[in-house]
Amino acid sequence: MNLLKKFYYGDLPEQKASANDPSLTGEGREGAAAWPLWEIFIRSKQGLDHKHVGSLHATDAQMAMENARDVYTRRQEGVSIWVVESRHVHASNPDDAESFYDPANDKVYRHPTFYDLPDELKHM
Amino acid sequence: MPLQNHEEIFQKKVDREVRIEPRDWMPDQYRKTLIRQISQHAHSEIVGMLPEGNWITRAPSLRRKATLIAKVQDEAGHGLYLYSAAETLGITRDEMIRQLHVGKAKYSSIFNYPTPSWADMGAIGWLVDGAAIMNQVPLCRASYGPYSRAMIRICKEESFHQRQGFEILLTLSTGSDAQRQMCQDAIDRWWWPSIMMFGPNDDSSPNTAQSMKWKIKRFTNDELRQRFVDICAEQVKILGMNLPDPELKWNQERGHFDFGPINWDEFWNVVNGNGPCNKERLEARVKAHEDGAWVREAAVAYANKRKTDPRQATAPSSSHFEAGQSLLK
Repeated sequence: MNLLKKFYYGDLPEQKASANDPSLTGEGREGAAAWPLWEIFIRSKQGLDHKHVGSLHATDAQMAMENARDVYTRRQEGVSIWVVESRHVHASNPDDAESFYDPANDKVYRHPTFYDLPDELKHM
Repeated sequence: MPLQNHEEIFQKKVDREVRIEPRDWMPDQYRKTLIRQISQHAHSEIVGMLPEGNWITRAPSLRRKATLIAKVQDEAGHGLYLYSAAETLGITRDEMIRQLHVGKAKYSSIFNYPTPSWADMGAIGWLVDGAAIMNQVPLCRASYGPYSRAMIRICKEESFHQRQGFEILLTLSTGSDAQRQMCQDAIDRWWWPSIMMFGPNDDSSPNTAQSMKWKIKRFTNDELRQRFVDICAEQVKILGMNLPDPELKWNQERGHFDFGPINWDEFWNVVNGNGPCNKERLEARVKAHEDGAWVREAAVAYANKRKTDPRQATAPSSSHFEAGQSLLK
């Protein structure tokens, strides 16, 4: 049995992120195996962004929401929860990071400190 | 890129304290070590609910009962954080649970000891959770991102576990003779298994060097054990109790407490399945899993039914978001 699948949840390469792939949806298998994985995002208080906190298994969005409440907000860590089925997340490839982020590398002039101005200049 | 380069780049990242994330290249052995360690840790949290669950119905007051339920619930949560972290390495939840149930995967041997008295809830909180915290705090800086994040979350919650345990013992220590006896007896039974929780001595722990190079581990078993002994040797004085080690003595020269030899035969005996409760614990896990099968199947059947029923297509929870979206149009 191949225990180590070379793709990882939440980060599935696009060609694998097919709803028909039984190894992802768990369809056709019994019991808990058929419970898809969900990524959980929590807003800790009004005014802040939702932040990824982890993942869990659930049969549907409502169960994912209730499980997320029980697993990730036992100490009032959240005021709002998003749940997203992991197979819907597409991620950039770390192997391509160098070329992918290359366009920003030579543009220091996008930062305010790039500009040489006299110290007398106030309020800027 | 040749494998050699991959390994080099990987090690350089680790050396620079750059965390490794799920899709990054990593040596197969690093992946395997993490899967073994994280799943073992997850199993320990789940099996660890059993000895304490034993006392929920008999907790001496409502306050103690509410606390114990919250603690056991936390442990279920900790198991889930860790299973999720292990899943990012490519192993499925089902496979991990299968490995536990067939006895291939281990869990912390400490949970193979029985909990015959209420004082055991105190001793587990103080000593067992205390030893676990000592192990876990450095893991918050483990090189693998998902593991480190899970450990940060766990450590935040674990502190109450230790404090509530010490409070139980403190209450008993100021009680009647029988209560004081109960307190000392629990400490006597849990002390040695607790300091065994740090694992074999460094000279018989062959994987430590590699794990430290990969920054999965930050301290050796013996370093952490010594730190734990030093702390407990002081804390026990507040209880007015004794640690069951006649050789425990402050060593001015070393700046540490010396302690007596550990019975490693007992340790390996319990690891290898012959502890007082190994069979009972595993049977309880397997039974819970099998008895719960119909619930899992029913949940799937219900979800599938809702999926095929068009009236149920929209989850009620998304309605606010959608209302907002349509206002924006």
